[in-house]
Formats: sequence, C-alpha cells, structure tokens
Amino acid sequence: MQEVTTEKKEFVPNIVAFCCNWCSYAGADLAGSSRLTYPANVKIIRVPCSCRVNPSFVLKAFQQGADGVILCGCHPGDCHYVTGNYYTRRRMALLYSFLNYLGIEKERTRLEWVSAAEGARFSAVMNDFVKTVTDLGENKRLTDLRVKEGE
Amino acid sequence: MQRIGVFICWCGSNISATVDVVKVAEAMKNEPGVVYSANYQYMCSENGQQLIKQAIKEHNLTGIVVGACSPRMHEATFRKTAEAAGLNPYMVEIANIREHCSWIHKDMDEATEKAIILVRTAIAKVKLNAPLMAGESPVIKRALVIGGGIAGIQAALDIADAGFEVDIVEKNATIGGRMAQLDKTFPTLDCSACILTPKMVDCAQHEKIDILTYSEVEDVKGFVGNFSVKIRRKARYVDESKCTGCKVCMEKCPSKKGLNAFNMNLNTRPAIYIPFAQAIPNVAVIDPEQCIKLKTGKCGICQKFCGVGAIDYEQKDTFVERQYGAIVVATGYKPIDLDAFNEYGYNDNKDVVTSLELERLMNAAGPTNGVLLRPSDGKHPKVITFIQCVGSRDSSGCGKPYCSKICCMYTAKHAMLIREKYPDTEVHVFYIDVRTPGKNYDEFFRRAVEQYGVDYIKGMVGKVYNENGKLMVQGSNLIDNEQVTIESDLVVLAAAIEPEPSVRKVATLLTASIDTNNFLTESHAKLRPVESPTAGVYLAGVCQGPKDIPETVSQASACAAKVIGLLVKDKLKTNPCVATPDESMCNGCSQCANVCAYGAITYVDKEFRIGGGKTEVRRVASVNPAVCQGCGACTVTCPSGAMDLKGFSSKQIMSEVEAICKK
Repeated sequence: MQEVTTEKKEFVPNIVAFCCNWCSYAGADLAGSSRLTYPANVKIIRVPCSCRVNPSFVLKAFQQGADGVILCGCHPGDCHYVTGNYYTRRRMALLYSFLNYLGIEKERTRLEWVSAAEGARFSAVMNDFVKTVTDLGENKRLTDLRVKEGE
Repeated sequence: MQRIGVFICWCGSNISATVDVVKVAEAMKNEPGVVYSANYQYMCSENGQQLIKQAIKEHNLTGIVVGACSPRMHEATFRKTAEAAGLNPYMVEIANIREHCSWIHKDMDEATEKAIILVRTAIAKVKLNAPLMAGESPVIKRALVIGGGIAGIQAALDIADAGFEVDIVEKNATIGGRMAQLDKTFPTLDCSACILTPKMVDCAQHEKIDILTYSEVEDVKGFVGNFSVKIRRKARYVDESKCTGCKVCMEKCPSKKGLNAFNMNLNTRPAIYIPFAQAIPNVAVIDPEQCIKLKTGKCGICQKFCGVGAIDYEQKDTFVERQYGAIVVATGYKPIDLDAFNEYGYNDNKDVVTSLELERLMNAAGPTNGVLLRPSDGKHPKVITFIQCVGSRDSSGCGKPYCSKICCMYTAKHAMLIREKYPDTEVHVFYIDVRTPGKNYDEFFRRAVEQYGVDYIKGMVGKVYNENGKLMVQGSNLIDNEQVTIESDLVVLAAAIEPEPSVRKVATLLTASIDTNNFLTESHAKLRPVESPTAGVYLAGVCQGPKDIPETVSQASACAAKVIGLLVKDKLKTNPCVATPDESMCNGCSQCANVCAYGAITYVDKEFRIGGGKTEVRRVASVNPAVCQGCGACTVTCPSGAMDLKGFSSKQIMSEVEAICKK
C-alpha cells in the first residue's frame, strides 16, 4: 500500500539584518570564521553605522514581505562614530510605537548591540530572533497588495 | 546601459564546499543588467584578479560584483583590481558568501540559495553605485603613544629613530610600567631593570621624544593623519623643570604613611616621593590625598628644604592640545582584584601574596632589599606553595575566561630563583596545565623541575586556611588521585591579568573597538594584528591581549613600522563615501548639523533660479568632505530627505532590501 504523505510546508521567515560596518558586521564575520551557525534566512545589509538606517528602510522591508527586521550596532559608548548608535536607539523607540500603531508585532523588529568580538553573541541573537519571528508566523500586515508581476 | 560583471569565488573549498558556485555564477547570467558571470578558485589571487581585469576590458563592464569573502577582507583588493582595469574603484560591490553564508550553513541547497540572493542583492546595489573620487588630507608628522611601559617605550623609540616626533603620555609619575616592577625576566633571567632602564633613559634623551608623565588623554578629535588630542597634565605640585631629584624632600616629609604602589603596597612612602630610583623623569610628585600642607594648609616642610624652589602647592592641572598623525595605544595591564577568590585567603592572610608582590619581595630595590621574607613576621619562608590559574581560564564568572599566558613562565622563574638562592626551601606548584610555548620556554620550565627540583602538582587548590600560624593549602593531586594538604609559610597566587581599566576611556575617546574582556580588538587577527579597526590607531602590548615581554616588544616595533609607514606619506586618501545634500531639497533647517559628531556640516547662502528669470538666495547645508566620516546620522535626521550618503545612498539600501525580500 502506498503511504500517504501530507506535505506540510514549514514556515521559513525572511529576515533582513542591518549591521554596522565596525561592530556588528565584523561580529557576523567572526561568527562566520568561528563557524557559529544561524539560519540561512537571515540576510545582512552592511551600513556604515546603525544610525544610517532610516526607519523607512524597516517599513520598506515589511512592505516587501520581510517577516522580521533586526538592527545591530556597536554597544552604547562604543560607536565608531561616537554617538551614532544613540540616535538609532531613539529612532527605534519611536519606530516601535509606530509599528505597534500599524498593527505589526513589536517582536518583529529588534535592536541589538553586537561588538566585533562577539561572534558567539551574533549567532545567538540571530538564532533567537529567527525563533521569535517563526513563532509569530508570516507578516502580512504591510504586504504590498497591488498587483504583482506575473499575476 | 548597465553592464555588470559577476565573479564568484570558490575560496578553495571554503565557499565551494557548501555553496554550488557554478550554479550561482550560472544563475547570475539571467539577472537583468548582468553581461558576464564567472567563477574561479581564488578570485583574490593574481590569476583571479587578471580574470576580473580582462572581463572589465573585454565586456566593457560598468560595475562588478565579487561573491567572495567579507568586504572587510578583500574589498580594497578588488577595488584596486577594478581601478587597474580602468573602472572606478567604487563601482565594485562584494557579496559576502563566505563568512555570512558558506561558513555558517551546512545544507548545500540552502547555502546556494542564500548565496544567490546575496549576490543578487549586491547586483541591485552596484547598479546604483556612482563613480566616486577619493579626496586627500594632509598627514601630521607626529605620533602619540598612550602608555609609557615597555610597549610604549619601544614603539616611541622606533618611531623617533625613523625621524618622527613622538609624545609619550603616561598617567603615572614615571615611565617604565609593569616591567620596572619586575625582578628578573624569563627565559634568560636577565634583570628587568638592566634591560629596561637604559631604554627609559634613551627615551628621555631622544631629541624627538617628549615624555608627558602624570598626564592623561582627555579628549580626541579628528581622524587618521589628523588627530587633535587634549592632554591633561595633572598637578604634581613640583616644578618639573626645577626639581633635581635630590630626594631631600622625601627624607624631610613628616607624612610617611602612604602605601607604596610601586612596591605593590608592601611598604610605605612619604607624601612627596619619586616612585623608584631610576624613575624617568627623576622628579618628585606630591600625593594630594596624603600631603599635610595640601590637606590642612599647615606644614610646607618640603618647600623649606627644597634647595631649588621646585615645590609649588598652588599648581593646578593644565591642558595641552597637540596634533598627531597616528596614535599607539599601549596602556598595559594590572593583576585582577582577588576579592572574588576568598578560598585562597588573600584578604585575610598577609603571607598569601600575588606573584607581582613576590616580584617586589625578591627585587633588590624592593621593600626587603631582595631578601625573601614573609610579609607577616619578616622570617624566611621554608615552604612556599604557588597556585596557578587564579582567575585565569575561569568560566565560573568570578575570573577571566582566557589564559593570562605569562603565569606558567613567571612561576617557573620564581620557583627556580627561590631554589637557587635558598636551596633549603621547599617549593610546590599547583597547576592545571603547564603552558610554555615560546622559544626556549619549555626548556626553561623543565630546568625548574629537573635541575631545581620544584615539586609540580597537577591539580587545583580548594582552600587556603591558617592553622596555628601555618598556611594550610588543601588541594588535589590528580596524578596520584589523592587529596593533599601542604603546610606552607608563604602562598603565591598567579593572579590573572586584565587590561588596565583606563583603557576603556581611551577606547571610547578613540572609538577603538574593545571586547568583552576589555582587550582592544585588532583589525584582523592574522593579517592586521597591530592595527585597530579605527584608522590611524595601533595597538601594542597587553591592551590587545595577554602577552609577555618579548612579544610585547615585537608588537611595539610592528606598531612603530605601521606608524612610520603612515607618517612618511604626505597625503592620505580620504573616504569618498561622505554625506552630500541635495541643495534643491535642503531648507537649511540645521537638523543635520545638530547630529553631526564631527562638525562637518556648515551652511552657505546660495542663489537658486526659481523660474521666470528670477532668483532667490537660500541657506543650504554644505558638507566638508575632509571632515565627514560617513556615518549617515544626518541622512536619517534630515526632515526633507535632502541629505544622502555616497556609497550607501537611500536608494541603494532600499534596492538591497527589495532584493532580499523578493520572493
């Protein structure tokens, strides 16, 4: 008798990570050279400083179908550009409440400090974030509802 | 029309083992705008670069994407390659498919799929890249060395010998650092002072070196080639130019109960003092916490007896501001605080000492004039027990997770010296492992065991307690599988070393990366081990990681070579990825200038045509590209979206987001 297998498609979230060049991107590099794994659905965009990340980039990511967006910068006080990460922190605080207003779970965005020496932390943070977003499920709130290519 | 070339590197098997590089390269051929896509074993090699150059020329490429290792590794390499082929170096983007992909994912399909997305993202970005031209900035031909220990001294001497001005800033009253406190040095057992003090004198006499002791870096501005540093010269209450170092003041001072930090607080010193006999500069300093005159206004004895009128109770901290092209950080270390290690009874028993304290007890210029006597009763200890790894290799959280690296060797040295000088002394060493990598190091350790009969016990110590005036050291002997208790007269703890705490402030001022243990991070562990990721900042000595004197000196000389390489240049290329305002959109609101940490933004009145043959004058932002560091804080702050960052423009980042999210 032929076995009936029900194909269950597991939800794999799509995650955008913004990493500052000096700390977090280097931390991600260290995670790589230390072979510390995290899920492949995390894709990193390099920015000079976390303060380069315009909240509109985060919104854009959600609009384009990202399920989670994480921002990583240098630890407070350690910013390569002296004060950049403080601006990031304030902007993100505002963005959280805006996302909340839009009905996007606050857990889908996260701000983390990862230094260049914290490869293990980078991997741990990503694993945790992916798990959180996976549990939340697909992000549909901001999806672009206009007719897509090929439809 | 964009003509993009894609180059996928195998990195030997580093990438190709988990990413199907051929598939990635093939997939990219179908990407809009891509006219050429290739893969090669080692893209960074001569042949790989040749492949890129040839493709740029043959296919008239307008931009290239290299799918390879981290841009932090080879972005500069591939930019040079592009430039050599006539392409603007900033028309290059790197897709990091090694550190961010092949090395962390195990599933080939998954990794290949991710690599395709990453390369596609880079393609999306490079399409929006614009050719950029690097500007130039002058180099100030003077170096600053922070810290006057052996690392700082060596770096300063080497830089000065190459003909450049160097300033050493040292927070203590003399240069010399930890090495000045040591008695003998392994593995040759030459006396520390005999090799250090001549170097200190060389520094003092070198016409290119200026030593600023009792001084601290207060503020740092600027960037590579052009740092502006504010230095606080703490009040010594003694005029450095007048004091002759005659020490009469030290004899006459009535307040003699200050702890002598140079002797690890094992004895006392007067309120006015010269740290040690060979101090450079040989100038007294007053401890304001201890000086009766400074505290109560009554005394002034030192002033009366000073033959040259050097004492000045009115002296205040002063500030000097100097410009430097490069900065060497050599802030050194200290032994950790042992409060968390009560089991060894350090705080309760005078005869439980740290190795650095033992160093002073054995030093001819130390508190006991080099005769090994117990601190408690001044008697010769007959049984001495050393405990290794006190706070080193400690994952419990009380100590440090790393190996302090120097303890195995200095304990072997101590044990050997004690057995040599006092052959009737029993010496035991509790160790976890003996680590002696280094030229002639293991031979040295074996001498301690084989020739000098030092008793090495593999095992850890659980407790040190006092019983009838004897120190009972209770530990395990793992080889014989038994518990042992050794009745000792003196217990020596090999306390872990940690970076001097002031390094944190220095790191913040220099925006230099620092790790969780407060060690400064090097740019690349193997390829750029003496450079901080912050351009123009170099690292020497234990501030970068635990190391012994030979290694420190090597690293300091390496730093000096790097500094000299920088200072010989007349001009440096500046980063062209700077902020730039769209003047037609800017309304001169000043928000960008408010967030700029570098003061790179000013405002100018400009005339704009507004149609109908009319013009108007508006105030618009203007960015000084030589000062802008390209963080992008202003770009997000700008309410009208007029400010953008070259190389990381909003459009570029948006296109990357889109490429990643595309399903």
